[in-house]
Amino acid sequence: MAGARKPRLAVHKFASCDGCQLTLLDCEDQLLDVVGEIEIAYFLEATRQEIRGPYDVSLVEGSITTAHDIERVRRVRAQSKMLIAIGSCATAGGVQALRNTADIDALARAVYPNPEYFQTLTTSTAIQDHVKVDFELRGCPISREQLIEVVSAYLTRRKPNIPNYSQCMECKQAGTVCVMVAHGTPCLGPVTQAGCGNVCPSCERGCYGCFGPKEKANAKSLARWFEGSLGLSGRQTHDLYRTFNAGAPAFCEVGLAAIGEKTDETVAEVTR
Amino acid sequence: MSAETGALVGDSAVLEATALPALIQALRDEGYEVIGPTARDGAIVFSEYGPADSLPVGYEDSQEGGRYRLIKTAGRRVFDYVVGPKSLKEWFWPPRQPLWTARRGGRGSYTIDPPDPKVAPRRAFVGVRACDLAAMAVNDRTFDNGDFADPAYLKRRDNAIFISVDCARPAATCFCASMNTGPRSSSGFDLALTELEDADTHVFLVRIGTEAGAKVVARVPHRLSVESDLERARAVVTQAVARMERSMVPGIDALLKRNFTHPRWTTVAERCLSCGNCTMVCPTCFCSDVKDHTSLTGDVTTRVRSWDSCFTLDHSYVHGGALRQSRMSRYRQWMTHKLSSWWDQFGVSGCTGCGRCITWCPVGIDITEEARAIAEGDLTQAAE
Ligand code: SF4
Ligand code: SF4
Ligand code: SF4
Ligand code: SF4
Repeated sequence: MAGARKPRLAVHKFASCDGCQLTLLDCEDQLLDVVGEIEIAYFLEATRQEIRGPYDVSLVEGSITTAHDIERVRRVRAQSKMLIAIGSCATAGGVQALRNTADIDALARAVYPNPEYFQTLTTSTAIQDHVKVDFELRGCPISREQLIEVVSAYLTRRKPNIPNYSQCMECKQAGTVCVMVAHGTPCLGPVTQAGCGNVCPSCERGCYGCFGPKEKANAKSLARWFEGSLGLSGRQTHDLYRTFNAGAPAFCEVGLAAIGEKTDETVAEVTR
Repeated sequence: MSAETGALVGDSAVLEATALPALIQALRDEGYEVIGPTARDGAIVFSEYGPADSLPVGYEDSQEGGRYRLIKTAGRRVFDYVVGPKSLKEWFWPPRQPLWTARRGGRGSYTIDPPDPKVAPRRAFVGVRACDLAAMAVNDRTFDNGDFADPAYLKRRDNAIFISVDCARPAATCFCASMNTGPRSSSGFDLALTELEDADTHVFLVRIGTEAGAKVVARVPHRLSVESDLERARAVVTQAVARMERSMVPGIDALLKRNFTHPRWTTVAERCLSCGNCTMVCPTCFCSDVKDHTSLTGDVTTRVRSWDSCFTLDHSYVHGGALRQSRMSRYRQWMTHKLSSWWDQFGVSGCTGCGRCITWCPVGIDITEEARAIAEGDLTQAAE
């Protein structure tokens, strides 16, 4: 495409740890190819240069936790042709979505000496709860390979190859012996979307669910198995389900039910 | 014992258990890579043997729905475990197989690298079970139906030999006897072993199935079998059949066809995770997905075929959406394909009764139990 303008990429951050953005910098081997094909217009983690919008692609990290965030994410949306939410914070509210089912005032008093100076929403929510999202990359953090895959798919105008099936599919294709069946280790893999690269089960650890619920995740059946066959307490089941994707509806509801709490109206609303 | 008995195809020989390493070496001397059972990460899996590797000794497995444990015993028996999570299929159609790569040249030109032209390695698979052999016979129909064939599969298949073993100690999840596939290897083997052990002896009866098998036996010290050896081997199989706890209900093909709306499908869907493990461990499930992967610069594209499953949403995607949205319809697709529509498609059952899908289902869903529940509530009785 001689003479064509390079697509402009922007990276925006909301409530998050920066780990997902760093994944982009971590693409050492491919970074040169990326900058060859794309103009990085806004990426504070990497460069002080700021090119104003509009952008062709915006990668959005982090969750929405303040009124100011809501304003800003709307501006980002308005300036972006394509908006890709990256990571558990942006796609499910992150670990900080635990606040959605807790008493936020009590939390603020416990953490800040002068909580009156502290302004926040009572919830931590995903980007798609506020604006239209064109694509989601899951993970805490996202996978480097998947990030490269969406960028190359965008550049060649094809559908990204990002599966929404279970982590178990990845285990079996990698030849990993199932840690739940063979060792009795609780594992969220059967209800978690694949894509991490089989990180935990291949190290004999159960999946922690950081890629969030797979499509049609049957978290309830797996919770029954944890408690009925693996001997987990309701509290342990809750704690498993409520980590990086604490606010994801499929995990939140079953996690709360495991400790005898019902998902009340407000939570159901927040977690959709 | 000698190596000069002239044992032929159809004969049986007897070799001492101490000669097993020599048998493995004989396979290497005949030019095969040896793939055999290996204890790894708490399970028995097939893997390629290095020069010093041999069969693991003194292992038993304990299997139930959703549960597998490998136990090391002090005993000397060699084959007291049965099938593990990996079947033979990955050696014949790997989980991820690049089909071709295209590269952009200058001025609108491009080149296509054909699939890997290397000939398939000669491989000997040791310690495979009767159900594994039955699965390969099923797969042979899948990958070559007379009109269409998968050349990569056929190449690998042509260069493979199988040293099977008759199961003395089936797992609680096995139901091969009711599927007529085991526990005795009846065809498809090059050599078939039966472990014969008592206080005084520890030997293997070796049935010779092919010329390739006979050549291997000729390299190992052995004697020809006598009637009492065959008698002992028959007793092993009889005992294994008697020990088998599970079975498939008879007439399952027609039963499923007339129970498409049975309420049990909904019950099982409440438990099913649509995780796909059952299809991944099944030795005959063949579904795959084909995807193109492009480089960032757009100059290189690789087309890759990888394992897929009818439990994924995308498996039933046609333009506009996926047909099998519910877990119910996905479980029903799996079970009816394995036990019923496979007959229409390939003229055999797609299930061999190996029990892998029962053991490796994370929530212990049992295909024999589901079949029984449907039989018990049969919506329309079979026509007289
Ligand atoms: S280890 Fe976990 S992710 Fe892997 S197959 Fe087992 S349950 Fe699934
Ligand atoms: S359906 Fe289950 S028992 Fe039958 S061959 Fe497949 S894995 Fe084995
Ligand atoms: S049961 Fe499912 S995965 Fe297996 S061959 Fe049939 S459609 Fe494919
Ligand atoms: S039957 Fe078991 S292994 Fe198969 S998809 Fe359902 S939960 Fe997974």
